[in-house]
Formats: sequence, C-alpha cells, structure tokens
Amino acid sequence: MHIPDGFLDLRTAATAAVLAGAGLAFALRDVRRRLPARRVPLIGLAAAFVFAAQMINFPVAAGTSGHLIGAALVTVLLGPGPAVVAMTAVLLLQSLMFADGGITALGANVLNLAVIAPAVAALVYALVRRLAGSGQRSMLIAAGCAAWCSTLAAALACAAQLAASGIVPWTTVLPAMGAVHMVIGLAEAVITMLVLAVVVRARPDILEGMDSVEGRRRAMAAYCAAAGIALVVFVAPFASSMPDGLEHVAERLGFASHASQTLSPGFAPLPDYSVEALGGDSVWLSTVIAGGIGTLVVFGIAWWLARALTARVPPGRH
Amino acid sequence: MLRDRLLSPYQHGVSRVHGWSPGRKLGAALVGVVLVVLLPRGAWAAYAATAFGLLAVALAARLDLRQLGLRVLLVEPFVIGIALLALLRPGGLPVFLSIVAKSTLCLVIMVLLTATTRFSDLLGVLWRVRVPTLLVTTLALMYRYLFVLLAESERMQRARRSRTFVPSRTGAWRGGAEVAGLLFVRASERAERVYLAMCARGWKS
Repeated sequence: MHIPDGFLDLRTAATAAVLAGAGLAFALRDVRRRLPARRVPLIGLAAAFVFAAQMINFPVAAGTSGHLIGAALVTVLLGPGPAVVAMTAVLLLQSLMFADGGITALGANVLNLAVIAPAVAALVYALVRRLAGSGQRSMLIAAGCAAWCSTLAAALACAAQLAASGIVPWTTVLPAMGAVHMVIGLAEAVITMLVLAVVVRARPDILEGMDSVEGRRRAMAAYCAAAGIALVVFVAPFASSMPDGLEHVAERLGFASHASQTLSPGFAPLPDYSVEALGGDSVWLSTVIAGGIGTLVVFGIAWWLARALTARVPPGRH
Repeated sequence: MLRDRLLSPYQHGVSRVHGWSPGRKLGAALVGVVLVVLLPRGAWAAYAATAFGLLAVALAARLDLRQLGLRVLLVEPFVIGIALLALLRPGGLPVFLSIVAKSTLCLVIMVLLTATTRFSDLLGVLWRVRVPTLLVTTLALMYRYLFVLLAESERMQRARRSRTFVPSRTGAWRGGAEVAGLLFVRASERAERVYLAMCARGWKS
C-alpha cells in the first residue's frame, strides 16, 4: 500500500502532506503531554517491532505469503497517539532507507497508514469494546474488527488519492482496492488477534499501564475528526463525480448502454449486487452494501476466533 | 549474507560523493525527486538524460552497480504493481510506461542517496532542520534496535522451526503469531532497560 514517487499529482500530494502533518503534530503534542517519560523509548522499540514483525511471513496459498501491517496492533497495544508516531517512524525509515514508498508520496503514505489507520482502529476498538463488554474476549474481538476496518480505510484512502491524481478512474480503483483489501484486512485481523492473544497470555499486565483507548474522549474525538476529514476530502469527490466519470468512460469506450453491466461486475466486491442495479449508483451502492456485509462477516469471524483463543487459556492464568 | 547487505544500504567508500555534506546530499536528492516527479508524462528524452546523469553519479561514487540494481529491483515490483492499475483505464499504456520510468528514476535517486550516506548522518540532518525531537528520538531508537529485534525474531523462528516436524498452514500462522507476540513482549521489556540506561546517561525528554 506504499505509494511510490511519481504517482500522485502535486495537488493531491500537497493536500495529503498537510493533513498528515496536522495529524502527526497533534499526535506528537498528545504524546509529549500525556505519556510518562519512561514510555518514550517504547515508541521507538515498538516501531522497530512493527518493522521486524512485517518481515514474518504468513503463508497464504500456492507459495504466496502475506505479512502484518501492524497499525491496529500498535494502536491497541500502545494507544492511538504513540501508534501514530511509531507508524510514522516506520514509514519514514522505509522510504528514506529502503526507497519503499516515495518521498513526494510520504505525506499520503503517512496519512493513510500512520494517521487514518490508527485513528480508525482506535475508534472501532473503542466502539466494539463498548458493545462487547470488558474482558479478554471482547478485547480480541474489538482488535480484530479494528484491524479489518483500519486496513480497509487506509486502502480506500490510498485508492482515492491515486484516482484523484488521474492515474485510474474512480469506478475501477475504488471497488478493486476495496475488494482486495477486504480479504487482506481479514488476514490482518486474524494475525492481529493471534499476536494479541500471545501478548496477553505472556504478560497480562502489559496492557494495563498503556495509554489506553478508553476514557480519552477529547483525544479520541480529535483522532476521529482527523481520519474523518481525511477520508471525506479524498473519498467524497468520488460520491459526487462518480456518475459523470462512469458516463464519461462509457461514452469514450462507446458502450454507454451496457456501461453498468460491463464495468462493475468484475471489480465489485459482491457481484450479485451490482449486476442488477442500473446507472452510476450501482458501484457506489454495491460497495457500501458489500462493506456492510463484510463488516458483519468480520465481526462473526472475530467472535469465533476470540472464543477459540480464549478457551485455550486455563482459568486463573489471567 | 544477502539479507544483511539488503538491510544496510550504505556502501562504504572514499569518493567525492561520499564526502559531500549529508544535508546537501539529502537536499539534492529531494530536489531531484521533485523535479523528476514534475516531468511531464512521455518526456522520454528527459528521462534518458536523468538516467545518464544518475549513472554518472553512481560511477563517480565508485559504487557497486550490481548491488544498486538489486536494491532497485527489490522495490520495483511494488511500483509496477500499483502502475498496473493505470492499465485499467482506456489508453493507459503510455501512462503506465511513463509512471514506471519516473518512479524508477526516483527510486534510483533514493538508492544512490542511501548508498553514499549513513542513516545516522541523515538523522543528524533531520535534527538540524528541527524535525520534532520526539520523532527523531523514535527514529534513532528504531534504527538502533531494528537489527537487534530482527535477529531476535530470526532466532525465535529458527527455534520454532527446529521443534516443528510437520509444518501446517495453521501451525505456521500460530507459530508466526507466537514469534511476533513474544517479540513485542521482549521489545517492551527491553524498552524499560533502555529507558534506565538512557537516564543513567543523563537523558531528559
């Protein structure tokens, strides 16, 4: 999901950089004010941990393998402020030292993976914990949902930036990236839950001293606002300009009458929903419906996995 | 070892390029990247000229060209992967080719920068241009312990493998998660020791 140099146009890159800078500045201030000094080195080590954990391969199928992204995991373990700083450090090092992710696209990459992803993760985590109650199981469920949602949100923001730069049309990139990252997010959710279960089993006390997500209404509101503004700035034009874009493409390719049938099914996450719908709204609608269904599925899987994971721990160990 | 060489991009050498001040090199690299990004699509003559210029810098710095190429190839799949999206639009092929060319040129610039400049020197530059202290501290600590944690993770994975006879997919996932989880626990315990060591040496946040 790291955007290299040369993909974004000036306007998009600058907007993303400003938003990312604002988010990072807020997080730095928040951490400086609230985090005890003895926790500061932990941010650096957590960043190194994310980097090292990204190198651990999880075999998927046919020789391919995936790896952790880690934004949601760090958010749950350290809290949103330190997570923003740690993820920013990871992206900075990757782009400066390994040329992984462009320098001019650094603002966009930081915005997607180090501001939007932790903010969405923190929001979803807090919401699901409120719904699912306290205890280890609800923590795991919430972390799984947070990981999935944050991966999807980061991917959508990334897709929107690419589309805003005129690399790809809205109508293909958003559903395509959305669909792919709904699956990737599932893996992210499972890995996050597995890792978190290990941490909690080995050191149940480790989460207690952390900068917890709960009970921090104002900071949480600020992070949510940051993610919300960023998503609105980049994704909202999609909602309004999309029918025009679709018609434009359809006219150019000369199949205006078949537009909805030929353009959407291949890329829509749930083809059933887009095949029958007509007009430009179909892709948008099917994406939203697929997102809703995906969320329910993820919640179910997270609940099942959390049950399986917590059942292994003998009572009295935590 | 190949992996160690990939993880440390700096190539030690004595040359004019190595001798330039890190701040100037970072500035030049940033300007270069921005200029390449601003080149219009399809300006093939300009791309070729930039490529020759970069080759000249690499030769002047007496760098191992094979290793430079390897580093570029390592990241190139991601560039092409994202650029493939451009093929989805009508008439996307020229856009695709231009983007890949521009992106690769930017990659080469950054690879040249890191091959001739130590990361600690770059950190010094960030410090001087007043990047927030907390971020620089985080970066410095991250860079310092990155290799320690990577080695630790590798040790744990090797130990895991040597104790598992039949590697199944679920087993691999559980094993990987076990390694990652314990890696975090160890990292946080190490962070406490690091804090004490930092305080003992007069560190103030």
